[in-house]
Amino acid sequence: MSNIATLTRGIIKENPVFVLLLGPCPVLGVTSSAMNGLGMGVATMFVLTLSNVLISILKTQIPDNVRVPAFIVIIASFTTVVQFLMEAYTPELFTQLGVFIPLIVVNCIVLGRAEGFAMKNGVFKSFLDGIGMGLGFTLALTLLGGVREILGAGSIFDWKFISGDGILIFILAPGAFIALGFLIAIINQIQRKKT
Amino acid sequence: MEYILIIIAAVFINNVILAQFLGVCPFLGVSNKMSTAIGMGLAVLFVITLATIITFLVQTYILDPSGLGYLQTIAFILLIATLVQMIEIILKKASPPLYQSLGIFLPLMSTNCAILGVAILVIQNNLNLLQATTTAAGTGLGFLLAMVIFAGLREQMELQGVPKAMKGAPIAMITTGILALAFMGFSGLV
Amino acid sequence: MKKKPSTLKNMLLALTLIAGAAALSVGLVVAVTEEPIALARQARLEAAIRTVLPEFDHLDEPKIQEVDGGELVFYRAYYNDEYVGTAIATFSTRGFKGLIQLMVGLLPDGTIHNIDVIRHRETPGLGDRIELRFPWPRQFQGVHPDNVNLRVRQDGGDIDAITAATITARAYLEAVRLAFDNFTIEN
Repeated sequence: MSNIATLTRGIIKENPVFVLLLGPCPVLGVTSSAMNGLGMGVATMFVLTLSNVLISILKTQIPDNVRVPAFIVIIASFTTVVQFLMEAYTPELFTQLGVFIPLIVVNCIVLGRAEGFAMKNGVFKSFLDGIGMGLGFTLALTLLGGVREILGAGSIFDWKFISGDGILIFILAPGAFIALGFLIAIINQIQRKKT
Repeated sequence: MEYILIIIAAVFINNVILAQFLGVCPFLGVSNKMSTAIGMGLAVLFVITLATIITFLVQTYILDPSGLGYLQTIAFILLIATLVQMIEIILKKASPPLYQSLGIFLPLMSTNCAILGVAILVIQNNLNLLQATTTAAGTGLGFLLAMVIFAGLREQMELQGVPKAMKGAPIAMITTGILALAFMGFSGLV
Repeated sequence: MKKKPSTLKNMLLALTLIAGAAALSVGLVVAVTEEPIALARQARLEAAIRTVLPEFDHLDEPKIQEVDGGELVFYRAYYNDEYVGTAIATFSTRGFKGLIQLMVGLLPDGTIHNIDVIRHRETPGLGDRIELRFPWPRQFQGVHPDNVNLRVRQDGGDIDAITAATITARAYLEAVRLAFDNFTIEN
């Protein structure tokens, strides 16, 4: 596969959220606004890219039987690093995203790409894969956050375009499931038309 | 009374899946059949309670006194993974029938964010050991309840004509949304 | 390069090295971010104290008091050496999503000057109405807790709960009462 395809397929064709359905917990949990979605997406992309690169560098040095614990330690370390960097430099966003930052470590995308891609491919390709999948994840979270914010609060990136409340339910838990369900259905429909 | 309230809040009001969005992966993945849903729910209930007790003790008596609080995420995830592995080995030896029914769900536990999530949340919320254990058990019960209800809905859904683009994940999400809406009615309970 | 076989020695070596490197690098990041984190928290705290008290030019050393389930922090404030009020960092663990931390500003006679939220994780759109940018918490400005029953109406008090966020309102009021009760004991 060409480098460009490695980079771009995570964005639409194999979008981790809409197509592969990986990591639904943070997707639903933090997307009450577009900004939160973007912040969580970037944080996950950071962990994903770095762990992909490091695991691909170390892949010949890690014996197969201890592969998973080794991956978990690496991913957990990067997650902790992100956690502290965010608390120091973006404290507001950090409070908003709450428990979902440490939970990046159990996001199936990160371990999944480590197992499925970085273990078998070179360093540069793994880097591109991390960036691509991370971008796809960020895009999906920002889109879902945007939809929920527009419908639920009548604003986008905190810029309010109606006075008063929106359809509050979209900011609450049920709205997360419903909005994501419809977004996946729309993407399914587009993909089906194409083929 | 306090502990009954904690359980009610964790099961109905702050349901782990429907209100806190933790553990959605296994929720969507293994809720096709009622029997597997119950098995998974029971396995989560068991592991989540045990894991919370252990991580709580490690945080209070090892990490906090030695100023290593920042290793929380790493330590917890390793503890949970080890615990799951140990349960698997013990079950295999001690109770083969139980292993037969729960064993296949255990490997999925270490990447279940409900378990790590609750372990971290009880510490963030400054609970004591008994409150933490009750919260964890309540969360596990809530997970079990949501799984069972959802599996029942899904078995019915198999028989319905769902639009092609909505099949699978989308209709599952929307159904969960409506279920979450129904559960919001419980928030007046406490 | 050939893959390392899974011998015991290799496995132990790999895990020890990785865990060691991980602990080291995490420790390093913690050391680097320690100061900015402390500064950010301090700044948030100071901003909250300024919001909830009348103008002041000097604060006493914060006084910490252990209470059931946590601690309260008292900041006594002075203007030209005259005591103008106390800001109390208080909390409730009964919020809809757990811990809510408030800064309650009391004038010397116990009248509430203002209340600001330091930290909460309540639902955006409902529970976050306890933040000062919404009108709900402003109803407490100038209220003396001896004259008004700081409980929601459902519990026999004088305060209208936030629509669809009674639990949040209840926890908020609990935190305010906790601060006031300990303030009265203090004086």
